[in-house]
Amino acid sequence: MATAHKHPNYMAIFWYLAILTVIELGVIFMPIGKFTIGVLLCALALGKATLVAMYFMHLRFETRTLGLVAMTPLAIATLLVFLLLPDGFAVVHQTAEKKAAATEPAKH
Amino acid sequence: MSQAAVHSAVEPAETPLTPDSWGKLGMWIFLAGDAVGFGTLLAAYGMMRATSGDWPNPYAVLGINLTAAMTFLLICSSVTMVKALEWLGNGDRAKAKVYLFLTALGGAIFVSLQAYEWSHLIHRGLHINGNPWGAALFGTSFFIVTGFHGLHVTGGVIYLVAMIRYVSNRPQPAASYNAVEITGLYWHFVDLVWIMVFTFMYLL
Repeated sequence: MATAHKHPNYMAIFWYLAILTVIELGVIFMPIGKFTIGVLLCALALGKATLVAMYFMHLRFETRTLGLVAMTPLAIATLLVFLLLPDGFAVVHQTAEKKAAATEPAKH
Repeated sequence: MSQAAVHSAVEPAETPLTPDSWGKLGMWIFLAGDAVGFGTLLAAYGMMRATSGDWPNPYAVLGINLTAAMTFLLICSSVTMVKALEWLGNGDRAKAKVYLFLTALGGAIFVSLQAYEWSHLIHRGLHINGNPWGAALFGTSFFIVTGFHGLHVTGGVIYLVAMIRYVSNRPQPAASYNAVEITGLYWHFVDLVWIMVFTFMYLL
């Protein structure tokens, strides 16, 4: 039954989310590389999203079916990123070539 | 036909994949589809940003103080949502309705703050087809992604107000537990998506 599982400590989850948000805001002003900041922010966002899905959306206490349904968009998103990467690299490459051609026209 | 045969014909087969609530499964399937929608928008945003030579610095242009407060507000409204469900589980319908109302109020304030933020940014020159700071697609993607999320919050507020009425009309508090839990799934999903939007569009 729906009422069978016991409720997790929602206030603890709230404080975790609030603290993670403050850490996110702190990270963007840290004197470290842009790439490291990006990785940290992505990890923090994924951590927060996992907390919301697992405890607020009760995914931790649900049947396997719902877990599988919830995982589907992640799989599709990963696939989408890999589909977009070749195009992304092609455009960056072209832009770099155009810039190079525009800055050194006198050489040829 | 014997009684047992009738029962075995209508009872769903018990397998590890049979959900407790078909309504919940339905909401999860809808949310999975919606997540792909948001995922596509954010992937397109990342693609446009990575391939643009003059993408403005989001947190310098957009300002994050207000949106950080909005993030906090949405997390708070998620807490009031789970509290509403908890009170309903304890059989206290009045308290559950108060918490449902507080959740809807949080959503309404969120949308109002977003309207304030949009009008402020439009006034400073951020438009859907151009802006003073660089790539025109910056404004396009900003308004489409935050607008799509804002529509979800607006829909959620209407959903929550309808659920307050639904809870009032059930004969027993327990009769509306499943429906309110499903409403909560939608509301927490909107919160979850905002966590992603806030990180990718404002902080990164």
